[in-house]
Amino acid sequence: MPAETEEQASIDPAAVLSARGLTKVYGAGASEVRALRGVDLDFAAGELAVLLGPSGSGKSTLLNILGGLDSPTEGDVLFHGESVTAYSERALTLYRRERVGFVFQFYNLIASLTAEENVALVTEISKNPLKPAEALELVGLGARTHHFPAELSGGEQQRVAIARAIAKRPEVLLCDEPTGALDSKTGVVVLEAIERVNRELGAVTVVITHNASIAAMAHRVIHMADGRISATELNETRLAPAEITW
Amino acid sequence: MVTGMRALDRKLMRDLWRMRGQVIAVAVVVASGAALLVMALSAHTSLSVTAEAYYERYRFAHVFAGVERAPERLAASIADIPGVQTVETRVVAFATIELAGVLEPISAQLVSLPPSGEPLLNRLALKAGRLPDPHSRDEAVVLEHFVEGNGLKLGDEIGVLMNGAKRQVRVVGVGLSPEFIYAVAPGGLTPDEKRFGVIWMGREALEAAYDLDGAFNDVSLALLRGTDPEGVVQRLDPMLERYGGTGAVARADHPSNWFLMNELEQLRTMATILPTIFLAVAAFLTNSVLARLIALERPEISLMKAFGYSNLQVGTHYAKLALAMAALGVLIGWGIGAALGRVNTALYADFFRFPFLYYRPSGAEFAISAAVGLGAALLGALGSVRSAVILPPAEAMRPPAPANFRANSLDGALTARLDSPTRIILRQIARAPFRAAQTVIGVALSVAVLVLAMQWTGVIETILDSQFSKSQRQHATLGFHEPIAYDGRFALERLPGVLAVEPVRVASADLRVGPRVHRGAITGLPPDAKLQVIHDVRGWYLPGARGGLVIATKLAEKLNVEVGDTISVEALDGTHSRFDLPVAALHETYIEMPAYLDIAVLNRELGDPPVFEMANLLLDPAEERAFYEAIKEIPGLSAVIIKQRSVEKMREEIGDMIWIFTSFFVMFSAALAYGVVYNAVRVALSERGRDLATLRVLGFTRWEISYILLGEAALLALIALPLGCLAGAGLVYVMAGSFDTELYRIPFTIRPGAYGQAMLIALTASAASAVFARRRIDNLDLIAVLKTRE
Ligand SMILES: Nc1ncnc2c1ncn2[C@@H]1O[C@H](COP(=O)(O)OP(=O)(O)OP(=O)(O)O)[C@@H](O)[C@H]1O
Ligand SMILES: [Mg+2]
Repeated sequence: MPAETEEQASIDPAAVLSARGLTKVYGAGASEVRALRGVDLDFAAGELAVLLGPSGSGKSTLLNILGGLDSPTEGDVLFHGESVTAYSERALTLYRRERVGFVFQFYNLIASLTAEENVALVTEISKNPLKPAEALELVGLGARTHHFPAELSGGEQQRVAIARAIAKRPEVLLCDEPTGALDSKTGVVVLEAIERVNRELGAVTVVITHNASIAAMAHRVIHMADGRISATELNETRLAPAEITW
Repeated sequence: MVTGMRALDRKLMRDLWRMRGQVIAVAVVVASGAALLVMALSAHTSLSVTAEAYYERYRFAHVFAGVERAPERLAASIADIPGVQTVETRVVAFATIELAGVLEPISAQLVSLPPSGEPLLNRLALKAGRLPDPHSRDEAVVLEHFVEGNGLKLGDEIGVLMNGAKRQVRVVGVGLSPEFIYAVAPGGLTPDEKRFGVIWMGREALEAAYDLDGAFNDVSLALLRGTDPEGVVQRLDPMLERYGGTGAVARADHPSNWFLMNELEQLRTMATILPTIFLAVAAFLTNSVLARLIALERPEISLMKAFGYSNLQVGTHYAKLALAMAALGVLIGWGIGAALGRVNTALYADFFRFPFLYYRPSGAEFAISAAVGLGAALLGALGSVRSAVILPPAEAMRPPAPANFRANSLDGALTARLDSPTRIILRQIARAPFRAAQTVIGVALSVAVLVLAMQWTGVIETILDSQFSKSQRQHATLGFHEPIAYDGRFALERLPGVLAVEPVRVASADLRVGPRVHRGAITGLPPDAKLQVIHDVRGWYLPGARGGLVIATKLAEKLNVEVGDTISVEALDGTHSRFDLPVAALHETYIEMPAYLDIAVLNRELGDPPVFEMANLLLDPAEERAFYEAIKEIPGLSAVIIKQRSVEKMREEIGDMIWIFTSFFVMFSAALAYGVVYNAVRVALSERGRDLATLRVLGFTRWEISYILLGEAALLALIALPLGCLAGAGLVYVMAGSFDTELYRIPFTIRPGAYGQAMLIALTASAASAVFARRRIDNLDLIAVLKTRE
């Protein structure tokens, strides 16, 4: 059933975000680590992709490069056909500010700001944001807007992080093990938030996970091994997060 | 390379290296304190030792007294006073001097040398040439200051107007004397090596010139070890009274020694107050550096404990870290302090012209600075080390409780309309107010020290203005050997360039109220005097002294009198007249402790007809040259004081010293502000590195996150500025209080400019350190931070 969909070097005109021949080498000489060894990928608007693979296979490296946090050793990231890799430091910052939302395993909320203020952090600097309250509503946290991170549970904190990531109406939402630190029940709530955001805002959503069962909610599942895409499969039927258990 | 070192010590070295920026910040502040301490104390010790040796070697007398004329045989009776070891009589006089090519009048003190040549007491340190031939009437040794000030050399001739007769005297020697370390002309305030000199000549020559054959008018006494000089003074005074004794003074009250000791005392004050400030800040810094380190190392601490390290070992480990930072500072401070101490000592020695100089730090200053430097660090470390020690091993494994922010009502109103970065700054400050306070206090103290340093010029100007503009408006003052009848003023008025003349009489006197005595002088002025007026430094003028004595409040304090009380006066001249005078008014002064009286009353009480001994003159600047020429011919002139010259001299003399000290202070205070701000920024960066990385990921630019980091430091620095000005005013107040002597008081004034300069320097230093610390932001590893748990 898994259908090979590798299309070398031809740019899918519908793709919002593409990777072309990405390689990433850390270090040099004996301590050289090749984290990515030529990755080509295209993400279409509204797509929800799940990235699976063993530890050290290069998932986070790929995600960070896609999001403009890191630069590839070789290859290109194209955003609407334009090379992000060629961006200046300032343009990269703008790319992150306007286009990309990040969610991490550790929520990285600013402890001194309330939930709403953490979201406002982003809405203050982007062009066409949601209202912080709307964004929190979207992740089901409308009632906890004035709480500080220390007063929220892990799942709630992660949902605030999601609200913060999507409040700018990003075209790309990148989530690196968003449920990694959560139990399955809380994880489901977080995944529901991600799924809803993907559906309602239409952002390209890439979710890294170690949990294969989460793959069931994706349009497409991308398998990575040893710095390469080892397989890609399209889900003909997707499960709602609530139907997933682990 | 580090084998043999215990594991914990290896960690210590690595920690020190890793935190080198902060280690240096702490060390710099400790070093400033230690350097100040070593500098001031070593200069103090060295100068004290040098002065002591100088006095010893050149036999500076213990008691000094002047008389009008006493027979030589009196010396034997004086020697019989118990405790007196050596008695030496002299002839001493004031004279005016003529130097080829010098227009302005010059005065000098003439001092006789005994027929045997070398004096027993107050010996000369000959720098060049030889002593005069005892029988020669025209050979002299001249004070080195004066020789250099006027570019004289051996063999040059000086015209000396002795008792009305002009004599050419040849310079055969150049010397120094412990008696004239601080050589100030009568009526002058600071030494003026160009316009006042000391000339030593054979006794015969001076006896002849001043009609003192077989007599003396000055006597010096050396005492046996352990003799109370005051007791000797009290027995000496009655013996000299009928010979016109002008009152004996002990060494402590000898003007030259008094000035010297006063200067040394200031060094001591500096050695206490200022290092204390720096070391207090060093304690704060150590505290915050360690507190942060220990917060970061909670897991390591628990690990150490799990491995079986005792509380003591863990505590010692962190205490060692604090000590190592301080020790580095102490070492640097020693080096800088010793170097500056040497420079400082040399400067003073040059100023005082010691014939030799011992730079002899006693070692105590190094020990003291090490003790207080390390002590301050330990004190600062105490709180944080304690928190490491009491941490239970299991507790430490858990991350510290998450930063617990809670909303309060004030917060809501305050932050509602702020942008998020500003909100973050304010909440951080509100959450760690103690640490914020440390930064504020540190920067404020830096500003305070700077205000203190910067206000000196203002103080000097205030004193000069009060003394020379508000109070003395004459251009020149003439002094005469003998009282001159009132009519004499008309002759002065006729001199070229003289616009106005006002008579003055200054009578040395003991002022006594009950058991309290002040050995000073009464200044007689015409009640309608316009050239020298009685000015109160608080900002008003007093009418002429008609109803009694108008005395300085400082004198009133000393004698414990108020307006209306009576003071018993005993004139210290040939008459030794005794009379009572009421206190008519008090006025506040910065310099000396004047007592003014109507000159007519003074003359009457002294049993004299209307006379004066000094005259204040108002001059026409256009005829200055003619005036100077004319006064050379006036007989009996003992002193000429040109006010403008005194003012300039004082500015110059004090200005040099102030400039040097101001540079020291600026350097140290800037180091202080730098250390405090650098540390604050680094601690903040360590605590908030993760937040800042998150913000970068969210799309904030480097400058935007720099704002969060540096905005806090900037805000704290801004809060510190006004507080620092306030503290600076306090410091100036304390310093002004500690300079409250009979000779001068320091006004508590601060130029507005001093605040401005102080704030500017502190801000510059803070900004420099912030910029320096900011470079770390560019190296922030966004990805690494996000991978790890808080
Ligand atoms: N900064 C770095 N320096 C050197 N090597 C690195 C660095 N970051 C990642 N690597 C290496 O690159 C490879 C890929 O790392 P990456 O974090 O992308 O893996 P991952 O698939 O996300 O693993 P995990 O599931 O454990 O998070 C690993 O071998 C890792 O050790
Ligand atoms: Mg990863």
